[in-house]
Amino acid sequence: MLNHKRVTLFCGHYGSGKTNIAVNYAFLLRKLGKEVNVADMDIVNPYFRTKDSEKELNDAGINLISPHYANTNVDLPSLPQELYGLFEFHDKYAVLDIGGDDRGAYALGRFSPFILEENDYNNLFVANFYRPLTRTPGEALEVMREIEIAGKIPFTGIVNNSNLGEETTLEDVEKTVSLAEELARISGIPVVKTAVKRNLISGDIGDDILPLDLQAKYY
Amino acid sequence: MSEKVLMKGNEAIAEAAIRAGCLHYFGYPITPQTELAAYMAKRMPKIGGTFLQAESEIAAINMVYGVSSAGKRVMTSSSSPGVSLKQEGISYIAGADLPALIVNVQRGGPGLGGIQPSQSDYFQATKGGGHGDYHLIVLTPASVQEMADLVSLAFDLADKYRMPAMLLADGTMGQMMEPVELPDEAPNMIEKPWAVTGTQMKREHNIVNSLYLVPEELEKTNNERFERYKYIEENEARYESFMMDDAEICVVAFGIAARVSRNAVVEARKQGIKVGMIRPITVWPFPKKPLAEAADKVKSFISVELSMGQMIEDIKLATSCKKPVDLCYRVGGMIPSPEQVLESIKKAAGGNE
Repeated sequence: MLNHKRVTLFCGHYGSGKTNIAVNYAFLLRKLGKEVNVADMDIVNPYFRTKDSEKELNDAGINLISPHYANTNVDLPSLPQELYGLFEFHDKYAVLDIGGDDRGAYALGRFSPFILEENDYNNLFVANFYRPLTRTPGEALEVMREIEIAGKIPFTGIVNNSNLGEETTLEDVEKTVSLAEELARISGIPVVKTAVKRNLISGDIGDDILPLDLQAKYY
Repeated sequence: MSEKVLMKGNEAIAEAAIRAGCLHYFGYPITPQTELAAYMAKRMPKIGGTFLQAESEIAAINMVYGVSSAGKRVMTSSSSPGVSLKQEGISYIAGADLPALIVNVQRGGPGLGGIQPSQSDYFQATKGGGHGDYHLIVLTPASVQEMADLVSLAFDLADKYRMPAMLLADGTMGQMMEPVELPDEAPNMIEKPWAVTGTQMKREHNIVNSLYLVPEELEKTNNERFERYKYIEENEARYESFMMDDAEICVVAFGIAARVSRNAVVEARKQGIKVGMIRPITVWPFPKKPLAEAADKVKSFISVELSMGQMIEDIKLATSCKKPVDLCYRVGGMIPSPEQVLESIKKAAGGNE
């Protein structure tokens, strides 16, 4: 169960699906009638980023803030000044896509004091147990702790985004439920959502499911 | 085979290398292959291997030379500008008849170029790259699974023929994520009686070197090496043939360009155009035979590349220029779209009427 807060952060091991989850979560908030800003704070990876979904976001009335050099050949870890506005003004919802691992979370540390002071946030750890370096709850916990230290903000929830890309079946996701629960037990942080591709879900969508409409695509 | 995991191409190369018995990695970070080094940095210390970030690409490739001399499986990885820096060392490795794996996750060039994907190091990879008469075995994966599979093949071929092998990928292939099954079998390690491992006072000492003081000996060594290359060209060329049985147009593409082209070929077939694709899996040795055979059947070829047209020269050579070869390309970090390739196919089929 996830209570929506004004600021939602998505952190995790690189390749865990943070960007995908952030974009889909922004859509979910938008459908609830909220005004939403999405911010790409990934200073680590120059490929496959939020900017790839800019058109879909804008069409839905969601504003995207991304680094000036996103999707260009400039490989500079710089963040746009508009980011400060997200924490200065509290009138809109903010969804932040943080870069992978502790390396990516260092950029978040700059803004953590503002987020902690306002105290209306969810900091969600995105976990994919099909990723080679987070195959077990123990390995995932190691990454969680590294990110918390770098980002200077504690996690409040876990999003289980276990998937095998386009080949993912419902069974693949179900197999990881016990792993996510074990991670919750050893970390003391609850599982707030399980992400499932929309086309795998039939019938009513429970509160514990985050349906995924948009997916990164490679030829 | 083990259970499936979701991996980036760069990670798949790294894990596949470890499983192929490569416990020594030397490199220097560069976008878009950095995950490969990062993965090695995390894994190698846990399994008793060596991960070393060298002070430069030049240092890294010479560390590869050293470890290979000692008979161990070893690799380095980089992206285009970094691979240019390694060329001197690669030539020395080829000249000393040493096996090694060099990974090039290509980005746009020339010069500093850009960080987005490219295939414009084709000439460098297939025609030598460094100085002197030599070749690398060059493998070109077109999926994350194939990145893993070709890594162990590259090590096996390099050991068998005592020469460096290159995995030639591009930024998109390195960064994309797909499910992968990694091999569980023990790697095929062969004896390396030439390695400098200490004589134990039981044999003559081995010498690993690329310097020949007597011109006749250097000529003899080069001739022997080219006998080996000839055998490899006849026996190790690999390719995939797709919808070629009745094809009148033959698309030739490797790596990411082949993934895009495959979609275009399927779409063109739906529109009634008889088109197929030959996808080189090795670009040295180049799959000359299937292309020469196709040249007797098809009306024309289309080379789809992320370069200004480099592989197109090998297609013309392999087909003795029997049929026209069109070029369909994007450069600068751009990838041809399936629509662009489809347009080229339609044009070759005789216009858009």
